[in-house]
Amino acid sequence: MNALLQADQVGFTRSGELVFEPTDVCLNAGQALVISGPNGSGKTTLLRVLAGILEPATGSLSRTASLAFLGHLAAVKGDLSCRENLEFSTRFSGQPGTEVNRAMARVGLAGLGLRPARALSAGQKRRLGLAGLLVARRDIWLLDEPYASLDDAGGELVDQLLDEHLAAGGTAALSTHQRQPRLQIDPDRLVIRAALRESVR
Amino acid sequence: MTRAMLALLRRDLRLAVRHGGESLMPLVFLFAVLILVPLGVGPGPNLLSAIAPGMVWVAALLASLLALEHLFRPDLDDGTLEQWWTGETPVGLLVATRLFSHWLITGLPVILFAPVAAQMLYLPDRALGTLMLTLLIGTPLLSLIGGLASALTLGTNRGSVLLSILIFPLVVPVLIFATGAVSAAADGLSARAHLGLLSALLILAVTLIPLATTAALRLNIE
Repeated sequence: MNALLQADQVGFTRSGELVFEPTDVCLNAGQALVISGPNGSGKTTLLRVLAGILEPATGSLSRTASLAFLGHLAAVKGDLSCRENLEFSTRFSGQPGTEVNRAMARVGLAGLGLRPARALSAGQKRRLGLAGLLVARRDIWLLDEPYASLDDAGGELVDQLLDEHLAAGGTAALSTHQRQPRLQIDPDRLVIRAALRESVR
Repeated sequence: MTRAMLALLRRDLRLAVRHGGESLMPLVFLFAVLILVPLGVGPGPNLLSAIAPGMVWVAALLASLLALEHLFRPDLDDGTLEQWWTGETPVGLLVATRLFSHWLITGLPVILFAPVAAQMLYLPDRALGTLMLTLLIGTPLLSLIGGLASALTLGTNRGSVLLSILIFPLVVPVLIFATGAVSAAADGLSARAHLGLLSALLILAVTLIPLATTAALRLNIE
């Protein structure tokens, strides 16, 4: 099986204490993984470990494809316009030819190209983040709470984008605690649990 | 890889232009020092030419220090910093790019206006070349040292006090060798020894500081 991203028994420690129980993750082309768990169970931390932002304390991580991470923070510069932010994403990810206008129209931000990103609402910022995913053209999407602050139409948009991404041979892992993704293929599910939280307290 | 670095540099400079007022601060500082100090100590050419190297250097130091608070913090707050670890480009190179843009914004203007400053302070003409040379070697050093300190203090709430305490001992050698070189040149002596030591410091900093800064950033991003 050629996994695009594989993690064996990864764990992460904060002040010497495991945040979540060591977990196996395997992301194959065309498959999605939904990570769920109660607040504070380490969903975000796990995604950040998978993204390479945090160094895993235990276990090993191997990746054979390019990766994009969309976190709580939209990773946009408020003083730049939406267009400039997306143009930066295309250049930064080495895809300078990508059509920025089309991506903006796709996420419902058509005509807002010149607006400074700080003037966007929270939901519009999420949409700008999604447009960034589209222009960066990465194989692995790691989405932390992608449905947060989006309206119903926005939630459906995330599902559609995920479907297209998976159909194109990509893979995705997302954490969510409210809306469950409705995808054409049935995503794998992973419930993670905080390690030792109860006994420590 | 170079493409990502160029993209980052371009965005940094564009943001600097957009925050026009902030980006002019180094020059404002330089001229504030140049104009106010003669008023305070008296406009005599003898005194001014003796303290000229030190004044230009203190202005360069303060200009560099001013912008440090904004070197990594905005990127940490808006989530663009953590994205550095998700791409293919080694983070050390992105850190080096960021430090380079800091130098372009704070160091380069001071270098460009140093001849004007030298004239205003009656610095002997034969020392001007050495002054420029020390600035050219020394201001990147200031950006590098400042970058490391700013990465180390990123996780603390009131970073700026700690930042200054961290930086001052580290920039003392830079200040001593740089002003020593200019004073020597003004007296007609050779500044080679000072310049050599300054260059050695720069080489040491260029090789080690981007790595150390990357490690410090990673600690603080958790």
